[in-house]
Order: sequence, then C-alpha cells, then structure tokens
Amino acid sequence: MGLVLLVVIWLITFISAYFFIAKTWWLPVGASAAAAGIDHHFATTYVLMGIVFVAAQLSLGLFAWQYRERSATTPQAHYSHGNNTLEITWTVLTLILFVGLNFMSSSIWASERFRPAVSDAVQVEVTGMQFQWYFRYPGPDGKFGATKPQLQDPSGGGEAALGLDPADPTSKDDVVAGTMYVPVNREIDVILRAEDVIHSFFVPAMRFKQDAVPGLAIHMHFTPITTGDYEIACSQLCGLGHYKMHGILRVISQEDFDKWLTAREAEKQ
Amino acid sequence: MATGEFAAHAVHAHAAPTSWIRKYVFSLDHKVIGIQYFFLALTAVFVGMFLSLLMRIHLIWPAAALPLLGEIKPETYLTLLTMHGTIMVFFVLTTAPQGGFGNYFLPIQIGAPDMAFPVLNMLSFWVTALAFFVMIAAFFVVGGAPLHGWTGYPPLSALPSAGPGEGLGADLWVISIALFCLGALMSALNFITTTLDMRARGMTLMRMPLTCWAWFITAILGLLAFGVLLSAGILLLLDRNAGTSFFVPLVTINGQLTGHKGGSPLLWQHLFWFFGHPEVYIAILPAMGLCSQLLSVFSRKPIFGYKAMVYAMLSIGFLGFMVWGHHMFMSGMSPYTAFAFSVMTMAIGVPSAIKTFNWLGTIWRGHIRFTSPMLFALGFVSLFISGGISGPFLAQPVLDIPLHDTYFVVGHFHLIMGVASIFGIFGATYYWFPKMFGRMMSEGMARWHFFITLIGTYAIFMPMHYLGMAGHLRRYSQLTELNYLHGLVPLQTFMTYAAFITIAGQFIFLFNLFWSMKFGKKAADNPWEATTLEWTTATPPPHDNFGGHIPVVYNGPYEYSVPGAPRDFVMQTDPATVKAH
Repeated sequence: MGLVLLVVIWLITFISAYFFIAKTWWLPVGASAAAAGIDHHFATTYVLMGIVFVAAQLSLGLFAWQYRERSATTPQAHYSHGNNTLEITWTVLTLILFVGLNFMSSSIWASERFRPAVSDAVQVEVTGMQFQWYFRYPGPDGKFGATKPQLQDPSGGGEAALGLDPADPTSKDDVVAGTMYVPVNREIDVILRAEDVIHSFFVPAMRFKQDAVPGLAIHMHFTPITTGDYEIACSQLCGLGHYKMHGILRVISQEDFDKWLTAREAEKQ
Repeated sequence: MATGEFAAHAVHAHAAPTSWIRKYVFSLDHKVIGIQYFFLALTAVFVGMFLSLLMRIHLIWPAAALPLLGEIKPETYLTLLTMHGTIMVFFVLTTAPQGGFGNYFLPIQIGAPDMAFPVLNMLSFWVTALAFFVMIAAFFVVGGAPLHGWTGYPPLSALPSAGPGEGLGADLWVISIALFCLGALMSALNFITTTLDMRARGMTLMRMPLTCWAWFITAILGLLAFGVLLSAGILLLLDRNAGTSFFVPLVTINGQLTGHKGGSPLLWQHLFWFFGHPEVYIAILPAMGLCSQLLSVFSRKPIFGYKAMVYAMLSIGFLGFMVWGHHMFMSGMSPYTAFAFSVMTMAIGVPSAIKTFNWLGTIWRGHIRFTSPMLFALGFVSLFISGGISGPFLAQPVLDIPLHDTYFVVGHFHLIMGVASIFGIFGATYYWFPKMFGRMMSEGMARWHFFITLIGTYAIFMPMHYLGMAGHLRRYSQLTELNYLHGLVPLQTFMTYAAFITIAGQFIFLFNLFWSMKFGKKAADNPWEATTLEWTTATPPPHDNFGGHIPVVYNGPYEYSVPGAPRDFVMQTDPATVKAH
C-alpha cells in the first residue's frame, strides 16, 4: 500500500508540475507597461512555490513508503516528541520566504495603485451596467458633462444609457462609445463607475482588473504598449448575463485615435 | 479545580431518555446530536454534489436536455453555483466536522458525560436543520433560488429586480444563513464552556488531543465570526424588505430608480469577509486536528511538536481575523490597506507551513499502518500542500490583478477548504465509525473510495489553476462569448469527465456506510490501538459515556512506541505514567 501511495502521489506531482513548467496554459501575452513587472513577479513566486510543492509532495510519498509497517517484528517507531531546533528553523525560513515575496511585489503594487495618473493622461470613463460596458470621452473641453440617474434609458443607446444631461453645457461634446479606443503608449486614466450592481473591468492582456462599484468613481491607470484589439470581460458576478458582458479595447496610434475622436465629434454635431 | 469539575458533572448529568422521540429526535445526548449533525451534513453534501454535477454538465453541453430538469439556462447555472457554495460551506464543511464529530467526541475525549448545556445543544442542531430546510425551500418558490453567489454581494443580492431568483428565493437564502448563524453561535458557546469546564481530572489543556484543541479554537472563531454575519444578514434583510439603504447606494436597474440611496456595497464585503475568512479556518481546523491525531495513531509515533501544533492553530485562529481584506484587493478598497492585509496573509502561511512540516515529521521514522483513516489523513496532507501553495500567489495584491475571480481562486479554495476538509471528514468517519456504530467499515471499499477520490479531485481541481492563469473567469455560465475562452474548453471537458468518475466514487462510500452499519465486522472497544479516552469505554458508548464513572487522566494523548512499555501504546488513563521528557 505504501508503494501504491508513493506512485500515486509522485505521479500527481509530476503531471501537475509538468503543465506548469511546459507553460501549456499561461498568462495571456502582456500588452501594457505594467505587464512585464507583474509577470516577472508571478514567475518568481511560481518558481519558489513550485520548489516547495514538489519537495513537500515527494517527501510525503517517500516517507509513506519508507516508513510503512513491514512486519510486527521490525523495530518500533522512533519515539520522539519533536525537535525545537527544527521547528524554529523552518518557521524562520518560511517567514523569510513569504514576507520576502511580499516585499518584492509591493513596489509594483505601489506604482500601479498608489500613484495617481499623470496629468496629461487620456481620460476615459468606463461605466458598467447589466450587461454592457460604455466608454465616455470628455471631448475638446476636457470635462465630463453631468449625468442624472433619472435620465438613464438603456434602450436609447450610449448617451441615454448613461443619463447624460443635455442641459449641462460640458456634456455637449462628450463622446460615448461601445468600444474602448485608446492611443498606444499613453497613460490611460480610467474612471470606473457602475449604474446598477457591482461589475469588474478586466482586460487580461493589460493586466488590468478593478471592480466598478455603484456610488463610487474609481480612478485607475494603465499604459498600453502594443496596438491591437484586446478583449474586455466582466469579472464580478453581476446577474444572469454576466458571461456575455464583454467588450473590445482597441489600441491604436495617437494619430488614428485623434482622427477617430474628431469623426465622432463631427457625427454628434 | 477537580472538585469543581465533579460538581459540574453532577449538575449536567441527565437520565437516559425512555421515549423514542426524546431518544432519537429531540435528544439531549451529545452522541445522538452528533449523529444527527452528521446525517444532516451527509444529506447536504449529496445535494451540493448533485448541483455541482449539473454545473459541470451545463458548462460542456449547454443545450443538453436533462431528464426531469430539461435544459439548464444560464441564470439557472448561477443559481446552482450559489446554492452549491452556500450548502457546501455552511451545511457540510461547518456542520460535519464541528457539529457532527465535535459533538460526539469532544465530551468523550475530555472525559465528560455530556456537553455543558445539553438543551442548548439540541436547540443548535434543530435551528441548523431548520436553516437547511429554509435554504432548500428557496428552490421551490416563485422565481427560484438566488443567483448572487455564496458571497451575496449587494446591490445584486439586495434588489429583487436585479435578476431572477432575487425575490423570495433570496429572502429565504438570507433567512437561512441568519438561522444557521444562530445555531452556530449556540453551538460555539457550548463547545467553549465544555472544553473549559468539563474536563476530567488530569486532563490538563496540554494533555488534550489535538482534535479537542481544534474544536475549541474553531468554536472561538465561530463565536466571533457568526455574530458579525448574523448582523450583516439582518441588515441585508432590512435593505431588501424595509426600505433601508445600508448596502445600496443610488442605483438604477435597467433605467429604473430603486428608491435606495447612500448605502455602501463595500460595507457588506467587509462584514461578509470578516466572517468569511475565519470561516475558512472553521472548516479546516477540525480536519487539521483530526489528521494530526490519525497520523500519530497510525504511524505509532507521538505527534511531532505537540506544543508547536497548538500554538500554530492558535495563531492561525488569531491571524485569521486580520486578513479578510485579501478578498477585496480589487474591490475599490484603499490600495494602502491592501499592503497590510497582504503582509498579514503571508504571515498566516507560516503556522500553516509549521503544521505541514510537523505532519511530515510525525510520519518520518514511524511505523505506518495503511488503514482507511490513515490513507485519508495522508491524502489530506497532500491536498493541504497543493491547496496551500497557491495561497501566497493570491495573498499578493499584484498577482490578484491577473488571478482574482478566475478559476485559479476556485482551484485554490476547493483543494484547501473543500476537498482537504472533506478528506478530514472521511478520515473521521472511517476512524470513529466503529465507536459510533459498533462495527467496522469495509477496508476494501474504503481503499477504492480513497484512490478514486484522491486522483479524481486532483483531476478536477488542478486544471483550474491552469484555466485561471489563462484568465478564465469563474461564474461564467457559458464559454461561448469570450474568444479567449474557446481554447480552454477541452480542459473544461476533461474536468467534467473527472467529476463524473469522482462523484460515482462517492457512492462506494455511501454504500459502505450503510452496509457496514448492518453487516460490518463487530468492532472491539479499541480496534485501532489508540490512546485517547473514547477508546477506553464501551462500543458504542453508554448514555453517560463511561458507564457511571469519570476517567482519570495520567498521560498525554500521543504516547506511542514508548521505550520499555509493554505495548506500543500507553492509554491516557494508564496510571503507569510515562516519564516526563
């Protein structure tokens, strides 16, 4: 029985570890400035934890087999209530490993979340509602117009869905889109809102995830570094259509972005 | 202290009941109540498992028409996952190890004739059972059961218009959880008082089996955590039915104002996780205590570092209340607090690692007997390592950016909180069945059950980590909408087949359980040659546990292979005291 257990535990360990090492499934290719740092720290954590995983499982399997009861005549088990030196050693080592990992990652977290967006960042307001994302740009005046919950009408398209108040002069040039256009290599200052329930704005390729919470306007920033289309998903359970609440983030050159925004402004007039 | 204890026993003693109802239904006997909790949990686990089976089928064959149930709609999938999670966490993982085995064996292991408050004990069981019926009733009301997930985040869970099942079904869900909290609070008081006041002479705290320590610490966690959830549940009920706005700000559903304003959705998350994280330890601590016990018994070796094990459990319990924010790194909570929560969470990994090293230290140079409880204890250690190793990923807010709310999290908590705890429950069942029912369970069936379950659960939950790394979000009822999910469907299919086999394996256990009650080999009083007090009394134990006397304890609980002793184990009640070491 000890041998069977050893084989099973070792096999489980090797097969599990193989797919991690072969990277058969892995993080999607990163396309933002922060991705490299996050991925690097992910890899560090994963190598260290992987070593602990393999070492612990292999010893478990080995001990189970090596110390099996062979027969009643073999010597008794070793009588020992433990060893304080060993206890202290592995406590300190684990503490160093875990807290060390934590401090290594704290600077990345700080640059992602403690620092506000730079002053010339491109502002995009992202609003989640069951089960759609809307993206609003402030237009040439650089100011978002007022919105009123009483005016919200999801059936009336983007601007009506957000409840944009036509009486507010700063709302005149606001552009609302169903696809998120952003220029490459510019910091994007995302302002996250939700109208009904909690949603979460997740762009895997950008290593960007943040809940959109009703009643809060949450600022969060990222910098796309590769042009292309990237999928946006809702990552917080928001109701029956959660699985189909998705969108596209289109990263284009600054030139194309300016052209797109001008065209949308022209459409509005 | 000793005289006080005997006085306490006299007060708590109650005569054996004579009527059938008082003996088997409204019983005051902790052993009967323990068995009642066990069968409640057994019912719940098969319901919860059936729901997960439907979920796995729906993910792979979304349009399949099932017999009786028809096609599972996307919103039904969310209902299934909500009820699966709630039933498993509350009515299985909290109920079986603590309410079931704790009730039955805590008094016997510390040498008491019953729990401190037998009437309260009966009440806590029946309130818990009522909670379960209310939860199940949610399936059968208009609109069905809720779809807001076991975490029930408002505003989704607070607004009847936010989705199907958020009407009466959601009310029943909240009421059930509130009732469960009441039952758990009464039970926690009972466990704490019993452990502190009812120990037999010589049963010092540091001579208690680690199972008793685990139940004791779990009860303290329950006392502090369930009160908070109970309050949060009441506030949520008020938001839903009395027009208050504790958790709901000014929101519109499909353009319609809801009449709420000024509430904070994050307040619920703080209250919920202040309960929710200690709840993880409420589920796993009894399994830790039990597996420590089993590893020592079946390695014929004292537990490695008894005191370290006790202190590790105490620090896990203590730190467990300071880490709730790690569920909220992406919630909009201040990013500065994330740093503090992250450090505390990493710190809680240390006592967990100490325990793992001590388990390995216990079997090292042991004399292992591969009985069915021992197999499950070894399986528990393997699962605890695998589930634990993904913890330091999720404890770091930076890595939560790609991993939060993905299958990586689902894999992590299923391995460590779900399956590892369940292995503890299985181990406990195989180990204590002879004492509870007077017969042995079939070892042959148990081995099949063990290997199918071990390999099967790894096959289901290990791939979830791969899915999560690839960005596969949890709680997605269809995999058709996001393009990047398409490539992951084969892995999901594999997991569904693995689930079929694993679930089939559980029927071996069910069969073995009932078959052995009737046809199992008659059990001796101490079939495992273990040292703790439950093995000194008759099988099954008499109404007052020890047949008219109270045992006196001379030794620690893990005196195996003591040099010079006549046998390879020294009972706790053996007056030939083991020399201090």
